[in-house]
Amino acid sequence: MKRVLTLFLFISAFFVFGTQNVQAQCKGFAKNVCKLELVPYTHDGNYHAAVLTEGEEAELYKTFYSDQEYRIAVCGSDNLPEIEFSVVDAAQNVLYTNKDHDYKKTWDFKLQASQQLKIVVKVPSRGDKSKEPESGCVAIMFGFKVK
Amino acid sequence: MVKRSPIQFIFLALITVFMFSCKSGEKKQEAQEETVDVDVSQLDEEMFKNINEAKEVFYSLPSPLETAMLVKSAGAGYDEDLLNPVDNATKYSTNKSMALNLGIYTCDLSFASLYDQTQASIDYMNAAKKMADGLGILDAISQESIDRLEENINNRDVIMDIISETFMNSSSYLEENDRTAIAAIVLVGGWIEGLYLATQLVPDTANLETNKLVQRIVDQKLSLNIILRLLNNNKDNPDVEAVMKDIEALKAIYDKIPMTASEKVTTSTDENDVTTIESSSTYKITPEVFKELKEKVKEIRTNYIS
Repeated sequence: MKRVLTLFLFISAFFVFGTQNVQAQCKGFAKNVCKLELVPYTHDGNYHAAVLTEGEEAELYKTFYSDQEYRIAVCGSDNLPEIEFSVVDAAQNVLYTNKDHDYKKTWDFKLQASQQLKIVVKVPSRGDKSKEPESGCVAIMFGFKVK
Repeated sequence: MVKRSPIQFIFLALITVFMFSCKSGEKKQEAQEETVDVDVSQLDEEMFKNINEAKEVFYSLPSPLETAMLVKSAGAGYDEDLLNPVDNATKYSTNKSMALNLGIYTCDLSFASLYDQTQASIDYMNAAKKMADGLGILDAISQESIDRLEENINNRDVIMDIISETFMNSSSYLEENDRTAIAAIVLVGGWIEGLYLATQLVPDTANLETNKLVQRIVDQKLSLNIILRLLNNNKDNPDVEAVMKDIEALKAIYDKIPMTASEKVTTSTDENDVTTIESSSTYKITPEVFKELKEKVKEIRTNYIS
C-alpha cells in the first residue's frame, strides 16, 4: 500500500512539476526569443504561449483599434516546423497569411476602423509517420507604436 | 379583343423591360447595402462560430499599457486626481482586490509614464509591486526593475519596456501556476481603469459623434464578448462571478449603442511593408446613454478601489 502511495505521489509530482517546467520554458522562450521580433514596436505586456504538437492549432481573439500601428509576432521553438499563421476578420475574410510570405514571423498592420480579429496559428505536420510528432512552445505576441 | 399595332407591341415590350430592369437594379443595390454594413453583434456571432476546433484558444484583452496608450492617443489630457491614490494600496488584502488593483495601478503607471510624470511613475510602480507581492507573484516586479525605472526615468522607451516586462512577468507567473482566474481579474481591472479615465476625460461640451475619446470608449463594445468569454472560462471562481456581473451590466448599456461595420474589407501595403486594413464603421450614442455608461463605469471602479 505504501509503495502504491509513493508511486502515486511520484507520478503526480512528475506531472505537476514537469508541466510547470515546460510552461516556464515557454515563458523564457516568449521573453527571450519572440519578444525580440517585436522591435522597434513596444510589447503590450500580454503573454500568450502554449505547448503545441505538430498538426495542432491555436486561435487568439483580440480587438485592434483604428489609427494604431501593430506588429504581430508568432514564433515556435526550434524543434518545430515553421509556424503558419493567418489573420481573419469577423466576416471570415483572410486578411493575411504568412504562407504567402515565406512563413515570415511578423506582420505589421494598421486599421482604418477598429475591429475584432482572429489569429489562427498552426504547427504544420511533417508527415513523417516513422517519427513521433514533435511538441514545442508557440508564442503569439503583439507590439504597438507609442504615440 | 383590341388589336395592337407592331409599334404598340414594341413600345409595351420596351416599357416592360425598362420596369424589370429598374426593379432588379433596386434589388441589386439593396443586396449590396445589406452586405456592406453589418451590425457588430452579428459579426461577433460569426467570429466565434467554429471556436472549438483549435487545441488552444486565447482571449486577449488590451493590456493596461495598451489601454493607457489608447486613452492618450485619443488626445486626452493628464489628470493625476483621477488616478487611484497610491495610499490606497495598504487597504487591499483579498486576492480579488489585489488582482483588480494590480491592473488598475499598472494602467495608472502606464498613463503617468506616457505623460512623462516621473515621480508618479515611480510611486505607481511601487504600488503595483505591493499588489503583485501580495498575490504571491514572485519577482514579477523586482527591486531591480524599480531601480532601472528610476535610472531611466527620462527615457520613455525604456520605461515602456520595463512596464511591459513586469506585466508579462505577472501574467505568465499566474498562467504557469494555474491562477488564470486571477490573471483575468487583473486584466479586467486595467481595462475598467482605462474606461474610467477615458469617460472622465471627455469634455462636457464634446460632440459625441466626432470626439476621438468617445470613439475609443464606444470601440470597447468590440471587446465585451472577449472579456465575457475570458471570464466564463474561470466562472467557477466566486471572484470571477462577481466581476462578470459588472461586465454584464456594462454590456447591457453598450447594447444601447448601435454599431455597424463594413463587411467588405480591402488591404494595401505601403513601401515600409505596413498593411492597411481598409474598412469602415459607424456608431450612434445619445447623451443619455453616454451619461449612463459614465456613471456605471464610475460606480464599478469606485467599488474596485474601495
